[in-house]
Amino acid sequence: MKYLSEYRDPDLARALVGRIRAEATRRWTLMEVCGGQTHTIVKQGIDEVLGGVVEMIHGPGCPVCVTPLVQIDRALHLAARPDVIFTSFGDMLRVPGSECDLLQVKARGGQVRIVYSPLDALEIARSNPDKEVVFFAVGFETTAPANAAAVWRARQLGVENFSVLVSHVTVPPAMTAVLESSDNRVQGFLAAGHVCTIMGWSEYEPLARRYRVPIVVTGFEPLDILEGIWMAVRQLESGRYEVENQYVRAVRREGNVPARTVVEEVFEVVDRGWRGIGVIPSSGLGLRPEFAKWDAERKFDLGGIEALEADECRAGDVLRGRIKPVECAAFGVGCTPESPLGAPMVSSEGACAAYYNFGRFRAASAAGGP
Amino acid sequence: MTREAPGAVSLGGVCPAPSTQYDRVQLGHGSGGKLSSRLVREHFLPRLGNAYLERLCDGAVVPVSSAEIVLSTDSFVVDPLEFPGGNIGHLAVHGTVNDVAMMGAEPMWLTAGFILEEGLEFDVLDRVIDAMAEAAGRAGVHIVAGDTKVVDHGKGDGMFINTTGVGRVYADFRPRPEAVRPGDAVLVSGPLGRHGMAIMAVREGFRFDSTIRSDTADLSPVVAALLRQVGSAVHAMRDATRGGVASALNEIAASAGVGVTLEQASIPVPPDVMAACELLGLDPMYVANEGVMVLFVEPAAAETVLAVLRSHPVGAGAQRIGTVAGAPPGMVVMRTGLGGTRVVDTLPGDQLPRIC
Repeated sequence: MKYLSEYRDPDLARALVGRIRAEATRRWTLMEVCGGQTHTIVKQGIDEVLGGVVEMIHGPGCPVCVTPLVQIDRALHLAARPDVIFTSFGDMLRVPGSECDLLQVKARGGQVRIVYSPLDALEIARSNPDKEVVFFAVGFETTAPANAAAVWRARQLGVENFSVLVSHVTVPPAMTAVLESSDNRVQGFLAAGHVCTIMGWSEYEPLARRYRVPIVVTGFEPLDILEGIWMAVRQLESGRYEVENQYVRAVRREGNVPARTVVEEVFEVVDRGWRGIGVIPSSGLGLRPEFAKWDAERKFDLGGIEALEADECRAGDVLRGRIKPVECAAFGVGCTPESPLGAPMVSSEGACAAYYNFGRFRAASAAGGP
Repeated sequence: MTREAPGAVSLGGVCPAPSTQYDRVQLGHGSGGKLSSRLVREHFLPRLGNAYLERLCDGAVVPVSSAEIVLSTDSFVVDPLEFPGGNIGHLAVHGTVNDVAMMGAEPMWLTAGFILEEGLEFDVLDRVIDAMAEAAGRAGVHIVAGDTKVVDHGKGDGMFINTTGVGRVYADFRPRPEAVRPGDAVLVSGPLGRHGMAIMAVREGFRFDSTIRSDTADLSPVVAALLRQVGSAVHAMRDATRGGVASALNEIAASAGVGVTLEQASIPVPPDVMAACELLGLDPMYVANEGVMVLFVEPAAAETVLAVLRSHPVGAGAQRIGTVAGAPPGMVVMRTGLGGTRVVDTLPGDQLPRIC
């Protein structure tokens, strides 16, 4: 199939695995930043076939996982209001808040709808003028342009019963937080290809220089990931630390300029809380004051909602690469996809769920279990 | 027996005199009164009528020659009611007929219960009943008893249908998970994911251009052919409806206490289904089918079973997808094209689209 099967060819994949093994003179530790990459790595067993040569640490790039508990609680509060239709990407619906999740609010009569695009949410607002329609604007730089475009379009059309609950985060501050932590083991990064499709890669160049780490802009199919790993290993073996682009079919250095422009027009950089990690300065996006009318937090007075994250959940350590999901005492015991303690167990992009769903067999085999 | 033309009554902005001409289901059609009687006589009997049903008694008396019968029931809720490749009527017959067939029985009789929503267009209802008549006729089953109720507008998605099936157990053919053995070949009767993705493509809020048609189909003729040609070499069968092939395999693996190893490269997924799944962030292993079954068969008979399946239109795309392993018990594992492995677990709930 065009643009899919070419990037999943098993023979080419095995050849790349051979090249990585031939190139590596020692074991290297890399972090893939994006949850979509984690999904491919674990689903295809890439970490397994590279065992002994490259260790993959799963980074904080799952938007579902890092959305802070307080924002989930605000979403639950809004979704329960009879005058609100709450719209969201699908995998936010099962993320546990302090007391329940959006699916449970829906079962109790809340109007919660899955949409694939914030522009669909805007259409729902236009066809339901007697309701307030709120879209849960989460995600990294990848989803920011469409979310910004929806707000921009709402202003253009004068649609005032539409608003967004924003919890946007950005990648470079999260990578800096990983690199600054005292127990950091990450020696190179696979940067998130789709984020770079929007943002380009110039903002990673100072990071590579300052921390002397190779950063390879990488796609999401098995061959993309293996080639990205191979490029990072080659840099490490030759002592280079540059930003390279594996995802040449989608990413240019300057990114997508019109998309960046609409993001900059609608959003401004703000401090943002990350679930399990805490507040990272200048790590998120919030609506600019001139778009306050479409900001759900201002429209609905959500300031009184506070939330305390569960102690036994070590999502923060997982997201920073300090521990593997299986090293958390709650993994698979008190925390499963059916009853998750933390968000990385919810989204199929989350490191814990990926381990549970796709890697449980290997974990059981390694432990001599069934 | 005559049928009203749809739209025969125009309200014209004034309250009309009571009328008995309707193009939509009214609450009164569930009252038990004359309207209820007309609903049955004008819409159901002309399409589904047979000697059993036309008695209009509280139940049907049917002859049973076999010592054992299979009973199975299933309820059908689908939005939209009509979709590329079929409608809820096809599902209501095929679903229950297939459940009976999977138990190693010949489907004989069905009962059908209808919950109709006030305001449902009779045109739609008639097309659904026509579909049931066609599907039942092809499957050689009679719909021998039925019931209709009407609920307030807004309290049902147009209509819900429940069907119960009765089948005669075939002698010497008792497929069941306990018969599954390590080494058994694991087969599917056709390509995955067509029903679920056909529905997704036309569902409100998700619409996308697609050529995917539901695979809704009667599997009972294939089961009868398997009985005749390979008999007890078929150890277990299950139709892979809700939760897809992944869930059907997990259920059998858990009941049988065996592991299942799948080969990713051999799983048949049509390119249009694969493309739609990629677009929406879904895994075809978990997408619903309405005319695909998984089979666990004796390894030596695998090729013969595949040949029997492929000689029927519904089994034309049959493939071997894996093998039963002794361990790990209850677990379905897939070997990826790269030589890695992953667990194909049962999902906790509905498959949720991924964010990006």
